[in-house]
Amino acid sequence: MIVLEKRPQPSKAWSYATPLVAVLATMVFGGVLFTILGKNPIEAIGTIFWEPLFGEFAFYYRPQLLVKGAPLVLIAIGLSLGFRAGIWNIGAEGQYIMGAIFGAGAGLAFYPLDAFYIFPIMVISGAFGGWLWAMIPAFLKVRFGTNEILVSLMLVYVAEQMLASVSLGLLKNPEGFGFPGSRNLQQYDSAHNAELIAGSGMHWGVVTALIAVIFAYVLLNRHMLGFHIRLTGEAPRAAKFAGVNPARLILFCLGLSGALAGLAGMFEVSGPSGVVSIDFNVGYGFTAIIVAFLGRLHPVGILLAGGLMALTYIGGEIAQSKLGLPAAAIQVFQGMLLFFLLAFDLLTNYRIRAARSEVA
Amino acid sequence: MDLGEINPVLLVASLMVAATPLLLAAIGELVVEKAGVLNLGVEGMMIVGAISGFAISVETGSPWLGFVAAAIGGAVLSLLFVLLTQVALANQVASGLALTLFGLGFSALMGQSYVGVKPPSMGDIHIPVLSDIPVIGPILFQHDPILYVGIALTAAVWATLKYTRVGLILRAVGENHDAAHALGYKVIKIRVMAILFGGACAGLGGAYISLIRVPQWTEGMTAGVGWIALALVVFASWKPWRALLGAYLFGGITVLQLNLQAAGVAIPVEYLAMSPYIITILVLVILSADKSSAPAALGRIFHASH
Repeated sequence: MIVLEKRPQPSKAWSYATPLVAVLATMVFGGVLFTILGKNPIEAIGTIFWEPLFGEFAFYYRPQLLVKGAPLVLIAIGLSLGFRAGIWNIGAEGQYIMGAIFGAGAGLAFYPLDAFYIFPIMVISGAFGGWLWAMIPAFLKVRFGTNEILVSLMLVYVAEQMLASVSLGLLKNPEGFGFPGSRNLQQYDSAHNAELIAGSGMHWGVVTALIAVIFAYVLLNRHMLGFHIRLTGEAPRAAKFAGVNPARLILFCLGLSGALAGLAGMFEVSGPSGVVSIDFNVGYGFTAIIVAFLGRLHPVGILLAGGLMALTYIGGEIAQSKLGLPAAAIQVFQGMLLFFLLAFDLLTNYRIRAARSEVA
Repeated sequence: MDLGEINPVLLVASLMVAATPLLLAAIGELVVEKAGVLNLGVEGMMIVGAISGFAISVETGSPWLGFVAAAIGGAVLSLLFVLLTQVALANQVASGLALTLFGLGFSALMGQSYVGVKPPSMGDIHIPVLSDIPVIGPILFQHDPILYVGIALTAAVWATLKYTRVGLILRAVGENHDAAHALGYKVIKIRVMAILFGGACAGLGGAYISLIRVPQWTEGMTAGVGWIALALVVFASWKPWRALLGAYLFGGITVLQLNLQAAGVAIPVEYLAMSPYIITILVLVILSADKSSAPAALGRIFHASH
């Protein structure tokens, strides 16, 4: 018989090792999945993880890594703070959409004016849009004790309808020959989130994501508020005695994660995407949940996990065009990663032992 | 705009159809939560049920086999949740999310060759005599069999929880797993059974959408019904009959909203389409003040360390 024995303290070694073990297990089971789909597993895995970094067209894919990774990291950093404190914002997708709508809306309001202050205003509006959307579950939780998981998730569907509404109405391109979707912000210099160094993939969203990582690290390790977040997650009762104000913590964690998701949406719509359209959102808000856990809710870990997840996105696209691997297979692959991570996390908190025979 | 075109009899009859997937998923989740487990993977189990049921009924030509396959599909996916939360003792919120993300991807993968295919129809039961009553007949007694299965399941769950020993043990596990363990009940085993039951019910609910309500397969077609079902359990204060009432209420909103869209009301389509989600939030707000009926051990991890 095998029994689990709770460790007195979580194992440091395993907490670093589990993400790696999970990635390996995902590769193995992903390979099995690809074999079932009739693809050569080695080739498929190689295409996903190797091609974007060192393949023939790596010069094109490497910048894409930053473009895809930035929104994931930005959103996941915000989510991780709440997750640590047991505050579950799973509606980042909705906050991302609202950030994009607010940001693009602010920019388009100035069209065709050319001015240096337009982009900063868009940044602020984007963050505000996401913040506002996240404050709905935050306020309802603080005031009425409503479950923030369900409210934030319901608001994703509401935000998607809003997106459809504005891309067909309010923000529709008046010169778009009746097609849905807004003006292309890439063609509006004052509002364009252009690459800072041409061909590098580096845009303001990437910079903001890196700042967010540093900010979160400092907050968690050097600031009282960060200590309160960690304390609430690890020992809620102790946090109460230490005078942590739960309402303030909820408002802060949800508000910040909403603002960061909003920023991610705004940088995406004004840069890589360019257009507010019905299919603008591609699920970054949900994938970021995987990124946050894969990074062990640690800022540096999230940075690495965001890079890895971006790799699976890009590698998945390559595998799609080269090997005909279905797009959904990558989604399954990413879901599997979270599964294995949660499963192997057992080893961080518990020891597996062969049971000694006991006399009853 | 012509509101006169909305036929009240058809409206109420289609309300019952719209409510059934919600009801099936909510009843399953209610049992899971009564056992003290919070499975947020309902949406994932529903969509997997939807595609398994769809695929099997298209392949075999039998909707009945499809529903059986859907229940199995949902239960198999919930087995992953069992492994994570009951064996690996992982966080239930994170595990439920993992289940949904995985289920959405997996169903999209399985369903590729079924887009645009028409499933075999189940046909409605016309209960003799009763279905001939004007107005009431078409509303209550001319539906597909699964709709009645949903109502019967509600009654069965209610009676089991209230009057049987099994129900009592299930509730004991959900209220205080340490005490139940001390009394000699197999906490993990009981919870595993409850989770599998919940998975099977969610699977049935999903297949109801893909086989009867819509009926076709599109990616992500459950569109949040699983999440609304989770809200419904809270709305119902963990009581089966109130879940039925709640499901009909939400079904009514959905159907009314669709009818208003079709009738061309001056409200934009998008605002009508978001109404069920907004109303779910409002209902949650109104009812979240009273948490006294929630199972006390809900969402807590059990590990027999003694």
